[in-house]
Amino acid sequence: MQESISFTPQLAASPIAEILWLIPAVPMVAAGVAALLKQAMRKTSATLAIGSMTVSLLLSLVAFAHVIAGWAHGQAVRETVNFTWIQAGAANVDLGWVLDPLSAVMLVMVSFVGLLIFIYSTGYMAHDENYTRFFCFLSLFAGAMLAVVISNSLLLLFMGWELVGLTSYLLIGFWYQKPSAAAAAKKAFLTTRVGDVFFLLGIVWLFAQTGTLLFYDHGAGSMEPGALAALLTQPAALGLTAAGAIGLLIFAGAAGKSGQLPLHVWLPDAMEGPTPVSALIHAATMVAAGVYLIARVYPLMQAGALTGGSTTALTVVTWVGASTAVFAALIAVAQNDIKRILAYSTVSQLGYMMAGLGMGGVAVGMFHLITHAFFKALLFMGAGSVIHGCHEEQDIRKMGGLKADMPLTFLTYTIGMLALCGFPLLFSGFWSKDGILEAAQHWSVARAPFYMLVFGALLTAFYMTRQVAYVFFGYWRGKKPAHESPAAMTVPLAILAFFAMALGLIGTPLWPWFRAFLDGRATGFDVHGFAEPGLLALMGTSTVVVFLGLGLGWRLYGGPAPRPEEPDVLEKAVPLVWGWLQRKLYVDELYGATVIAFYGWWARVSDWLDRRVWGGAVAGVAWAFGLWAQLNRFLDTNVVDGGFDKGCEELSTGGGLLAQVQTGRVQTYLRILAVAVVVLAAILIWSSRA
Amino acid sequence: MTPLAAYLLVAALLFAIGLAGALTRRNAILVLIGIELMLNAANLNLIAFWRYGPHPEALTGMMFAIFSIAVAAAEAAVGLGLVIQIHRHAKTTDLDQMNRMKG
Amino acid sequence: MSLVFYLIAALVVAGGLAAMMLKNTVHCALAVTVAFAGLALLFLNLDAQFAGFAQILVYIGAVAILVVFAILLTKGSETPKDGVFSQTWLTGLAVASAVFAVLGWAVLQTAPMLPRATATPVVSVQQIGQALIGQYVLPLEIIAVLLTAALIGAVIVAIHEKEGAN
Repeated sequence: MQESISFTPQLAASPIAEILWLIPAVPMVAAGVAALLKQAMRKTSATLAIGSMTVSLLLSLVAFAHVIAGWAHGQAVRETVNFTWIQAGAANVDLGWVLDPLSAVMLVMVSFVGLLIFIYSTGYMAHDENYTRFFCFLSLFAGAMLAVVISNSLLLLFMGWELVGLTSYLLIGFWYQKPSAAAAAKKAFLTTRVGDVFFLLGIVWLFAQTGTLLFYDHGAGSMEPGALAALLTQPAALGLTAAGAIGLLIFAGAAGKSGQLPLHVWLPDAMEGPTPVSALIHAATMVAAGVYLIARVYPLMQAGALTGGSTTALTVVTWVGASTAVFAALIAVAQNDIKRILAYSTVSQLGYMMAGLGMGGVAVGMFHLITHAFFKALLFMGAGSVIHGCHEEQDIRKMGGLKADMPLTFLTYTIGMLALCGFPLLFSGFWSKDGILEAAQHWSVARAPFYMLVFGALLTAFYMTRQVAYVFFGYWRGKKPAHESPAAMTVPLAILAFFAMALGLIGTPLWPWFRAFLDGRATGFDVHGFAEPGLLALMGTSTVVVFLGLGLGWRLYGGPAPRPEEPDVLEKAVPLVWGWLQRKLYVDELYGATVIAFYGWWARVSDWLDRRVWGGAVAGVAWAFGLWAQLNRFLDTNVVDGGFDKGCEELSTGGGLLAQVQTGRVQTYLRILAVAVVVLAAILIWSSRA
Repeated sequence: MTPLAAYLLVAALLFAIGLAGALTRRNAILVLIGIELMLNAANLNLIAFWRYGPHPEALTGMMFAIFSIAVAAAEAAVGLGLVIQIHRHAKTTDLDQMNRMKG
Repeated sequence: MSLVFYLIAALVVAGGLAAMMLKNTVHCALAVTVAFAGLALLFLNLDAQFAGFAQILVYIGAVAILVVFAILLTKGSETPKDGVFSQTWLTGLAVASAVFAVLGWAVLQTAPMLPRATATPVVSVQQIGQALIGQYVLPLEIIAVLLTAALIGAVIVAIHEKEGAN
């Protein structure tokens, strides 16, 4: 277990840290512009995406160089730029970004792998009519992922997290006319949502307890000793402290995004998306976001641990990771879709990363994350090249003999496969996986994860050999002949292959640069690194395991390949187990029977309530109103109008009667006048007489 | 019966005759003639009262009657002019037929 | 009352009755002229010489001629086919009788209060002229305006329009 290193707080941020926000902003702006482009403007869209990614890569390299320069001078760099977003009286909500070794390496990895995959996509998606939309979504994803990486605030991270989830949904369901793709996108979104609910609970709890969501804030941040001490004294349920409970809640979110055991079901289905999407999102970056999150909140996860001991949160992380590693590896053995095998392999490797974090610390897990990003992206892109060359065929039983037809793809794919298996010494996967195994060997809580992870390594070698044998060796079992892919696809493969081998060099015991860099320590070449107790024995053990797996796989599948209709060799041997494994150990069916069935029942109940009870009430009110309206109309027509009409008729009649006075003849008027005079005179005379 | 009373009775009788004619004759011109008779009867009244009144030297009654004659002449002129115009318009002077203002 | 008075009174009343009852309109106009003359004589009897001569000049000399002109211009000399009296003549007669009754009764009732015979007033034209210019100058001027207005008005009312009418 590593000791926690305290980084000296920086008083003023360097220029590169000030403009760090540009790194996610530029791709997002590119996405915004691309959203307004017409479908025909394909070149513009691709140029925008690749251009913005290049800018981000350059800025990331500058940031990385700055951090390395600081490291070389013995200064651990952690520069933060924070600002207040919402002011609500006493409590403020702050956002900000941070530049430290962890974010710097992630920035470079994400932008570099992203750029390579963008270039690859111009070749892979060349025949697709929604090319423009694809690059818009890719840019948006890149911007969101980079935002997650640089964020110094759990809230900003969450916002980027959700945006990443959204773009994942959009990209998995890119070919939305396919019902399976639409269903897969929905499944991905909903499953990660389950994790996100717990994540949000954790965020709110953390904010309530510490009053800040910033990670590092000159001593006042939530990952800094003051806040952590406060969290440790708060008890939560089940014997946990607040720190442990919040850590577990945050891990639930990470488990959803990184496909850990109960919430892994979406990742294999996510292969419905285009292969560049699988390479970028579901191998290298988005699924790594969960691991990155745990690395970021590691001080919280680790809080309260005694030297050399573990906390509840980290123990849970380890067990979940180890179980996922073995579970997914078992299922991968029995899959026949080239991308599904890689998907389960990703789930398995993510389990390794989580286990590494739980047992060995940030550097161990992150090293495997970085190496995995490169060789898994390589493998997916190689698979894409194979699919492209085999005219969109994805079933490995219908491939074969591609070693001769697609030599460049074969070479790079083999390099990636060997890195994944952990072929000793030359390939990065060996060093990173060994780091995890070493941590497992020395774990104080239990030994079981170590054996599980070793077994997982055996299975990894086995199923990858099976896959390579089916795809590249034997004879061609497809319909039309296969062809090599264009340069836009093969050049990125070559670059990634180089890194798949070269990256191992920064994490060997000879020169543990990566670990030292993340911790902020200085280091140099030290042969005595190999002299650590049990290290050489462990390297030997893992080598033996890898060769065992490779050999077993070759033994079973290296010979003449069966025809596509024939069942698999293992299937013939243990049909029952094979059936379970092929059916993905029935996890989806379990969920369908329980959670989804319950949801369906609940939805039906709600619908009935809505329609009968509330709807009935509303209809009743409406009926009463209708009745009232009828009554009013009756009153209005008969009483009011009728009365009024009658009155008017009377008036009219009366007027008619009175109008008879107006005969229109002058003499009539004269007579009336005379009569009036007579009457007047009579009155006058009578009154004067009296 | 004093002389004044006799004159007044004659005037009253003449007034009634004029009124009767104005109220019963069809021809519009005869109605105007009736009105002239009524006016004359009033003039007679005035002169009679002047003669047998307390101050004949004040000439009040005489003046009144002279002005009345003048006004009556003017009114007759205008009235007959109107009747001529109506005749041109309605082709008749029969008052029984002139009931356009009947309401 | 002297015989002269009764004779002249009878003449006046007869003239009036004739004016209102004759069928021929021209005859009615002539009868009313006789009534005017009779009234002038009555004025002379009452020592109102000026009024008497004014009556002759104005009424007989102007109004009666005007009436005759009007009758001639409106074809009044023809006997109307529906009869000369209105269809409701009885009502008119009744009303006129009522008026006479009231007036007569008023006169008779107040007869004891009326003044007795007095000395004959001597009125010279000079006195009348001076009164007109002196005390009654305002009514004189107003009458002048009135006569002018009536003159203009009568002309305008009765003028023959060039287009249309008749």
